[in-house]
Amino acid sequence: MAKITVDGVVYEVDPANNLLQECLSQGLDLPYFCWHPSLGSVGACRQCAVIQYRDAEDTQGTLVMSCMTPVTDGGIYSLAAEQASDFRADVIESLMTSHPHDCPVCEEGGECHLQDMTQMSGHNYRRFDKQKVTHRNQNLGPFINHEMNRCITCYRCVRFYDDYAGGTDLSAQASHHHTYFGRFEEGTLESEFSGNLVEVCPTGVFTDKPFSAQYTRKWDLQTAPSICNGCSVGCNITPGERYGTLRRVVNRYHNEINGYFLCDRGRFGAHYVNSESRLRSARDASGMSVSTTAIEERISEFTSEAVIGIGSPRASNEANFALRSFVGAENYFSGHSDAEHEALQVLIECLRDAAFHSPSVRQIEQADAILVLGEDVTNTAPRIALALRQSVRNEAKALAETSRIPNWQDAAVRELAQESLSPLAVFACGSTRLDDIATTKLNADQQTLIEASNALSERLAGRSPAYSQQTLGTTMQSVEATYTALMSAKKPLVICGTGAGAALMRCAANIARALSVSRSEVCDLVLLPKEDNSVGHALLTSKENTLSRALGRLANGEVKRAIVIENDLFERAPTALVKNALAAAELLVIDQIETPTQRYAALSIPSATFNECEVTKVNYEGRAQLSFQVGEGCDAAKPIERWLNVEGSAHSNSMIARCAAEASDFESLIDCLPDPLGRIAGLKVPRQSHRYSGRTAMHADRNVHEGKQPVDDNSVMSFSMEGMLTQKDSSVLASAWAPRWNSNQAISKFQAEINGELKQGHPGVHLIKRSLNGQAYEAENSVNKNLGDFEIRLVSHIFGSDTLSSHSPAIQKRLCDAYLALNKEDALELGLANGDFVSLGGAEDSIILPLIVRTQTPSGVALVYTGSSALGASINPHDLPESASLARVESEPSVHPTGLGLSNLVVNDAYSGAH
Amino acid sequence: MQQHVIASSSTNARLRARDLTAEEIAEIEHELTLYPTKQAVGLEALKIVQRHQGWVSDESMLAIADYLSVPVSELEGVATFFNLIFRRPVGDKVILFCDSVSCWIMGCDKVKKRLSEHLGIDYGETSAGGEYTLIPVPCLGDCDKAPVMMVGEKMHRNLSCESIDSLLPLSNAEGSK
Ligand code: SF4
Ligand code: SF4
Ligand code: FES
Ligand code: FES
Repeated sequence: MAKITVDGVVYEVDPANNLLQECLSQGLDLPYFCWHPSLGSVGACRQCAVIQYRDAEDTQGTLVMSCMTPVTDGGIYSLAAEQASDFRADVIESLMTSHPHDCPVCEEGGECHLQDMTQMSGHNYRRFDKQKVTHRNQNLGPFINHEMNRCITCYRCVRFYDDYAGGTDLSAQASHHHTYFGRFEEGTLESEFSGNLVEVCPTGVFTDKPFSAQYTRKWDLQTAPSICNGCSVGCNITPGERYGTLRRVVNRYHNEINGYFLCDRGRFGAHYVNSESRLRSARDASGMSVSTTAIEERISEFTSEAVIGIGSPRASNEANFALRSFVGAENYFSGHSDAEHEALQVLIECLRDAAFHSPSVRQIEQADAILVLGEDVTNTAPRIALALRQSVRNEAKALAETSRIPNWQDAAVRELAQESLSPLAVFACGSTRLDDIATTKLNADQQTLIEASNALSERLAGRSPAYSQQTLGTTMQSVEATYTALMSAKKPLVICGTGAGAALMRCAANIARALSVSRSEVCDLVLLPKEDNSVGHALLTSKENTLSRALGRLANGEVKRAIVIENDLFERAPTALVKNALAAAELLVIDQIETPTQRYAALSIPSATFNECEVTKVNYEGRAQLSFQVGEGCDAAKPIERWLNVEGSAHSNSMIARCAAEASDFESLIDCLPDPLGRIAGLKVPRQSHRYSGRTAMHADRNVHEGKQPVDDNSVMSFSMEGMLTQKDSSVLASAWAPRWNSNQAISKFQAEINGELKQGHPGVHLIKRSLNGQAYEAENSVNKNLGDFEIRLVSHIFGSDTLSSHSPAIQKRLCDAYLALNKEDALELGLANGDFVSLGGAEDSIILPLIVRTQTPSGVALVYTGSSALGASINPHDLPESASLARVESEPSVHPTGLGLSNLVVNDAYSGAH
Repeated sequence: MQQHVIASSSTNARLRARDLTAEEIAEIEHELTLYPTKQAVGLEALKIVQRHQGWVSDESMLAIADYLSVPVSELEGVATFFNLIFRRPVGDKVILFCDSVSCWIMGCDKVKKRLSEHLGIDYGETSAGGEYTLIPVPCLGDCDKAPVMMVGEKMHRNLSCESIDSLLPLSNAEGSK
């Protein structure tokens, strides 16, 4: 700790940081633009000027940029000194010379850092009367608007997009007063993290396009703390609601998980809740609507005989638990595919194992040697891929440390490090979106990946591995390089996921275990499931209760009734199996969206979406988090637990309490509630800002009488402007706001220190206690495949491979058709070129897909993307053979083209050569 | 039914790249031996292509980016940073006319007016026949002989309206590229 004096007041600060950051940590108001808590300092905007004094005698002082000034013990500074504040006012005046006066029509207005800083710096009268520089905007795709005239050239956008997120298609162009931030030419921004530009840009250059179409000012949005349901990372989000519809999603700071950034699936995928695909009313088998009372009666009678309940990884803990108690634990089955279920058993075993630790996203960023095995993280758990892009920079930070350059000196550290990266080994089948930062890439079929993993475990255990003849060269090199990297690292990390399959997950666990043994320490191991509550659902399901057993019992008539919650079984098991089972059963389906499963339902019942109820979910770490209701949405929809009307379901608090009391592993779930009594300091917490406008008039089109506000008995939150200010307790903070800080930068007022925990943070609870000392898994061996056949491997895409987000209209503009990919040589050998149709297996009813050449596909492997069910244009992945012969055919593909073709596909290895 | 299969806009864009000529490739290859990384050659490659083609078209940009495996948007950042990399076609002779302080004191405004009248173009424009392009530059470092302009490698010093009258038309030997 160092002591500094700012304007006569003494503060204790961290000498490792710069002066700006420390001033903000102390709650001081000091304007800035180019500095960002996650991006560090470059000293580009000159907005953060302060006076630094040599010593107590020095009355003159020197002007310094606080973001570029390390704090020194005993340092004396002034923010208020006239030279400093004049300078800041002048800087902003010059930044504003070409800025349009369009706040009233600018979507940033009201939450604009530029507005805040302009006010704070005291520039309130425009003297510049010359012509302003204007720019042409680009169409940047379905997510992001571009309004370049508003740019103040702080360079944050490219520093985030290129430097931080590894994007390649946004750049700073031209120079001085006509600097331009855009693409080489119009077109969709390709980075999976483009949406963060909306929050990173301190002005209205980059704004949220789907939000524009249903725009509402920040202060008019009803918000509540929520959790993304796009994948298993569990990023914290703030959805905003107005007039009963979800308007947008923005980042909600969580220092251990998402920090300041989300991925585009999370940000733009949530709009599925407003989409045409919502199941908006209950209907029977003939499509006739059914009254609420009739449904309730039917449900209450339903257990008069045995009922099979099939749960879901996209339903909450409470919904799954309610179903389990409704049908009885023995009749409650996994809603995961059998393969996923098996993989999740490995995941849960590893979560219980004391040899491993499951690092948070923040901790992943600290890893200095990483092995990613078989998983294309960018497409399955995107926020973690963004974290990995920071971990590889630990080498740069280490270099900087030896050169005594502080880490926050962003430009200097990058300049010093050039291309040096911390080791990242990617062992995968085909190209992944992290290949550009991989220092070791083993690109191979399943057999080789297993062999390499076994070899690596052997090597780590101090034995000499056996390699087969054909893989000896590259495999051995990759294994050796990875071995050295993991062993010499300070914080090694192994990542795998259910996308890679149970076999590779066991391999990953073996590698981590060998590492843990030989280093005599707990090893970081991340195993990623696919969906937001995969872990919660798997914890509630017994290991034996697989989906295929449930389907079997229904098909053979052993049990005649079934309830399926929030699940489309045609994504989970082979079509024939599902059809047989469902056709034989009397089926109730409760879901948020319409799915093909509902064609077999006697009753389809609408359930509440994530923003319409208060529930908990468990992320990949085993961390349970609470997600509050944001607003009222679909009238007919209720949370599943309330439809099932099980004991305790009337209130979410009591449901959570019951789940905690009865479900093993869920004891600490109760701690997710900020206060089980539903009050904080005796008050409810408003979902509406103190500036919320038009409340008395918002429904006047329907009724001139002001309606009663909905009452929320469930929660510490209320549908109101009154109550305890969230500003006082950040455990329930949805939208950061502080006097003079209307933009998202206000978050610094709620952090214990910049980039630190929220003052009253509520990080969620880790459910699983690690106690076991597990054993290594049997070494995996071979894959069965006929000679000449191609191994079929599934690939995921950030847009399309997730059910709910694929129903979002914005995401749908980014989807692409199902495809099969081969490398150039294999395609050539089969006489195939881009755009041809290929049949798998050659039988009459075999699956036919369009071909795309992806150059990195290992030979003998066919990668298949099964398309998006949301467009009704997917094949059931469980209908695919494990291997197949391929042949060119003239007939139509099995999946009707969506009209989107493959033009939206963003991969690193698409072959652009002529046919 | 044949489907058009192209993956991602960057791949799509790559298809529009022109082929670099053998000379261009040879010269770029030479530069590659002089720099530690491929990216570092970006500016030199742009200059090489401009020397051969007169300007740098989108198709050339895509070709260079592909050849050096750098993102084309990054290369665009380099190309547009430098005023003298031409991203639009220019005339056979590019006149770099100094309009900075010393030349201004010495009356370059009048000279520029005369020049514009002769050529029928203003700053940033190319004459109808594609012969001249006129571009302002800040200080050619020849202040003691102001006003000045440069065409190709050749400096024209101590300009006056009269000297403009006698200079024009510029001989073809003064090629600009
Ligand atoms: S576009 Fe926004 S983030 Fe980028 S430089 Fe301009 S103001 Fe800064
Ligand atoms: S990484 Fe996953 S949880 Fe985070 S925003 Fe993206 S989809 Fe949502
Ligand atoms: S914030 Fe310090 S110079 Fe921009
Ligand atoms: S000002 Fe014209 S040459 Fe220097």
